[in-house]
Amino acid sequence: MNLDNGQVTELYERMLLIRRFEEQSGRLYMEGKIKGFLHLYIGEEAIAVGVISALRDDDYIITHYRDHGHALARGMPPNVVMAELMGKATGSSGGKGGSMHLFDVRRGFMGGHAIVGGQLPIAVGLALSAKYKGEDKVVVCFFGDGAVNQGEFHESLNMASLWDLPVLFLLENNLYGMGTHVDRTHAGGRDIYMSADAYKIPAAQIDGMNVVEVRETTQQALERIRSGKGPVFIEAMTYRFVGHSVQDPQAYRDSSEIEQWRAKDPLDAFRETCIAEALLSEEETAQIDETVRETVAEATRFAEESQEPSLESLYDNVYDRTRQV
Amino acid sequence: MAEIILREAVSRGLREALDEDERVFIIGEDIGAFKGAYAVTSGFLDDYGPERIIDSPISESAIVGAAIGAALGGLRPIVEIMTINFMLLAMDQVVNHAAKLRYMSNGQMKVPLVIRTVTGGGGQLGATHSQSLEVWFATVPGLKVIAPSDPYDALGLLRTAIADDDPVIFAEHALLYRARSEVPDERYTIPLGQAKVKREGTDVTLVAYSRMVHVALEAAAILAERGMDAEVVDLRTLRPLDTDTVAQSARKTGRAVVVEEFWRTGGMGAEVASAIQEKAFDYLDGPVGRVGGVEVPAPYNGTLEAAALPTAGRVVETVENLYGI
Repeated sequence: MNLDNGQVTELYERMLLIRRFEEQSGRLYMEGKIKGFLHLYIGEEAIAVGVISALRDDDYIITHYRDHGHALARGMPPNVVMAELMGKATGSSGGKGGSMHLFDVRRGFMGGHAIVGGQLPIAVGLALSAKYKGEDKVVVCFFGDGAVNQGEFHESLNMASLWDLPVLFLLENNLYGMGTHVDRTHAGGRDIYMSADAYKIPAAQIDGMNVVEVRETTQQALERIRSGKGPVFIEAMTYRFVGHSVQDPQAYRDSSEIEQWRAKDPLDAFRETCIAEALLSEEETAQIDETVRETVAEATRFAEESQEPSLESLYDNVYDRTRQV
Repeated sequence: MAEIILREAVSRGLREALDEDERVFIIGEDIGAFKGAYAVTSGFLDDYGPERIIDSPISESAIVGAAIGAALGGLRPIVEIMTINFMLLAMDQVVNHAAKLRYMSNGQMKVPLVIRTVTGGGGQLGATHSQSLEVWFATVPGLKVIAPSDPYDALGLLRTAIADDDPVIFAEHALLYRARSEVPDERYTIPLGQAKVKREGTDVTLVAYSRMVHVALEAAAILAERGMDAEVVDLRTLRPLDTDTVAQSARKTGRAVVVEEFWRTGGMGAEVASAIQEKAFDYLDGPVGRVGGVEVPAPYNGTLEAAALPTAGRVVETVENLYGI
């Protein structure tokens, strides 16, 4: 592994933060403190952390509605994310966005988009703006296997390749679009990365449970994209250990399948490798665990103690001027 | 001051924006080498180059999505969607994304985007190419909708739309490109949300927008011959909607008929009639009348199509039936 102690600490801590944050979100949902839909990223942490750790601060990230992991990996404060999940005034959107619509524009985190496939053309446009302005920013666009059957997927790949735009298309293939297995939705089977070939976009399929592999593949892709050679497509194979949303009883899949994938838990695998290679000690992992628990507890406390948004805020930000129209 | 046609007015507004602001670019189908389906961007490719006059694939959703992304990236895109009928392919990007990102991000994002498109029937183009769907967009908070009736308004409103920091739909009627009016050489703008009295009168108010303003003016001329002095109010923008000017006119005349090309069901006329009864009920001598498109898909045959569209004769008949003149 080409990483030092500081780097592996950061990767592990970020993945663990997402895991614990999501576990806590699920509990708060069951307690009725988080409403609406809640889609957890548990099992897929290595992708968000591996990819985003390879980015520059001025790169853009845009993603789907299972967005807490990407937001936290980008460094969005857990307090602000948790407050948004609880719909509080201190949340990232003052309680107007919710779980599926997290935004942190200052960090180049361009959302959480809840219409399947809808973020792909927007990613193309962000990349167009970068190229237009002569910047060497890259746009990472996360999407799931459910999105690849939308017309917008094909329109976006075509445009990005046609115009050599700096987009990294990052497919998180967790095998299910809601409850329907990819084998039943995609004529090309599980090797969705081959679709990119139709648009002359270089593509690879990787182990999305291995944070180091994700990070290194991303680094190679970024180098190519920044050199002006156009988009790259990465399909990261993964699995969500929990239901589509918190209320999903998962009648569509066997528990044995879940257990098989849980055996490949990206956090366990990474921790064990780091300890085996003496990049982390047992004491250090215990310390990270403690730090993360405190962070999540603090986020929960912050969100619970935050105020509800004022009724007056209802009309804010529909347009550039309040209450216009 | 010179008399120009509406096509020239829009073209002039676009050229000014391209000349004044490097962040402005135009994207659409066949706007460059083909010079625009309605020739509005004729000569633009030669003058501004392919980076700023972007011929796109036929991918309406990705065109609008890419423009949204470019707007988020700091540019000020102008989109041409060849006809408003094709906007249905971009509905997700317009309604779920452009209209909502400012609100869902609580003001972190803005989408300064103008979508120019061609609306209206009367050209014997059949059911899929003859609709007046601008009213659908006018129902959506977060969007602004403009539908001018003459070159003066088109240029003044287009300048405002391009300077606006929110998404604006600019609907040009296919049969109005050769409409003429005086347009000053010096720069002027027209604020959104201000209707205009196109003809003053005392006996009945005719409310219309886009091409129906001309139908209403024609009806007013016929009514004048029969001793009835009609006032014609041009809405100019459907959102924001200037109900004050309309109600003021209705209070003055005591009678009102709303004319629109869209089907009556759920049309702008319903909204305007409702506003009139709310704001001018005590001044009315009778019910507010409505003239709209006949509730059929637009037929190809010229005689049938003419029978499906509002005419001056139908407006006159409605006025006479309602007010017993």
